[in-house]
Amino acid sequence: MTPEEIRAKDKDIHAFLEVFDDAKSYGEGPLSGKTIALKDNILFEGHKASAASKILENFTAPYDATVVKKLKAAGAIIVGRTNMDEFAMGSSTENSAYGVTKNPHSLERVPGGSSGGSAAAVAVGMCDLALGSDTGGSIRQPAAFCGVVGLKPTYGRVSRFGLIAMASSFDQIGPLAKTVSEAEILYNIIKGQDPMDSTTISEETYPIKKKFSKVIGIPRAFVDSEGVDEYVKKNFEEAIKKFQALGYEVRDIELAHIKYSLAVYYIIMPAEASSNLARFDGVRYGFHKDGQDSIDDYFKTRGAGFGREARRRIILGTYVLSSGYYDEYYGSALKMKELITRELKEVFGEIDLFLTPTTPTTAFKLGEKTLDPLSMYLADIFTVHANISGCPAISLPSGFSGKLPLGVELTADLGRENNLFIAGKDFLNEPH
Amino acid sequence: MLALAKLARIEIGDEEAEGLSHEFDAILEYVVEVKKAQNLKVSPLVSDSQGETLKNVLREDREPHEAGFYTEKILAQSPMREGDYLKVKKIL
Repeated sequence: MTPEEIRAKDKDIHAFLEVFDDAKSYGEGPLSGKTIALKDNILFEGHKASAASKILENFTAPYDATVVKKLKAAGAIIVGRTNMDEFAMGSSTENSAYGVTKNPHSLERVPGGSSGGSAAAVAVGMCDLALGSDTGGSIRQPAAFCGVVGLKPTYGRVSRFGLIAMASSFDQIGPLAKTVSEAEILYNIIKGQDPMDSTTISEETYPIKKKFSKVIGIPRAFVDSEGVDEYVKKNFEEAIKKFQALGYEVRDIELAHIKYSLAVYYIIMPAEASSNLARFDGVRYGFHKDGQDSIDDYFKTRGAGFGREARRRIILGTYVLSSGYYDEYYGSALKMKELITRELKEVFGEIDLFLTPTTPTTAFKLGEKTLDPLSMYLADIFTVHANISGCPAISLPSGFSGKLPLGVELTADLGRENNLFIAGKDFLNEPH
Repeated sequence: MLALAKLARIEIGDEEAEGLSHEFDAILEYVVEVKKAQNLKVSPLVSDSQGETLKNVLREDREPHEAGFYTEKILAQSPMREGDYLKVKKIL
């Protein structure tokens, strides 16, 4: 597809913030001839990267992210940068400073977020593949809403060098694709230890402790959480039957702490975001608004440069880290994070994967949740545990409710992405 | 709320401050359930899957890139510059 053809196709959807006119191949490799879109928080040298924020309106990437270097070496053609919630903060792509993206299956609905542009672009075939980032569900939730495959790899599997940070103990880059096989190919290209990101892991970090034996756990009590729509539950039961028909053993499991994941997330994430986003000061790069003196420059620049959700999360993070509340909120959240991580580690001694819906509902209407931040946060209820624990998880298209796609999510033990690929290909009837 | 915004170096208006305090009430009421873990002894507190406490990993400080290699690319992004310096307003 030429840049003009992509732009024409994107007219009503607005998945792209920019379609590059200079897209080209940088070499021969496993992705030769494949087109790929980058979420706007991934640096591609010489191109703008704004994280969909006004504060980075005119920022040009001075170097390539490690994943971009790998894509170039693999022969991929990078066609553009996709819309997202500002700084990846949101579940609908409505928090972008550059307009909303629409769900290609229904233009009055959201594509999910924060990697909504990447998911929508893949769904309508404006690119073969896309990269997103996932801090609490930002690859998997839009993948489910747009009917594509989305993977969050194990924490540390993919280098974040050149990714604009939101919450550094959760952020992870991952692929969006039409099929599990394509997601796997892209994953294999971008993964790997990187001296430029000290949190990356090696192949030896998580040795195989349990042979894959097709056992899937169902955390019943968790799936029956309040606010999960009936048609989501029905679709989920159908997915269970399908796995059983494919020869998988399905058993109920008890996870006592997983229900606290979202609460843990909405303490640690804003805390880390408030720290990460302190760098945007209007002095070194990005947007600048003049004040009376030096410190007033900060107030004016950050007040006008950050959007409402970014301001909300930075201030919330400042609150939970402030003296007097630190132990109560941040300290407790760290303890609960550890309990959830240990609980999952234990359960993966008995099962290979566990299955949940990806989202509690199908894509909601534009504007439906923008005035109530807590209701927007609850859209991530089934995805955040993977970021809290570091485990890999994949969203697989599981059918439709009317014309809106639904997804189910498999979570695997640390380092066991391959189990997700095997089960995912079985579920979608893809050849191995 | 205005004091918190000040700590975060963000200018917000009275109306936004008012809205935020209602939103924070709802969010904090939801996240407060983590306090169930406040008095538990959980150690090591931050660990990897092997049960070892996480530690910083640093790259060896060697093989620097050529001096000045990124200078122009980086300084070109500065809202205010003077020569090869970032310019700020008078502080004292």
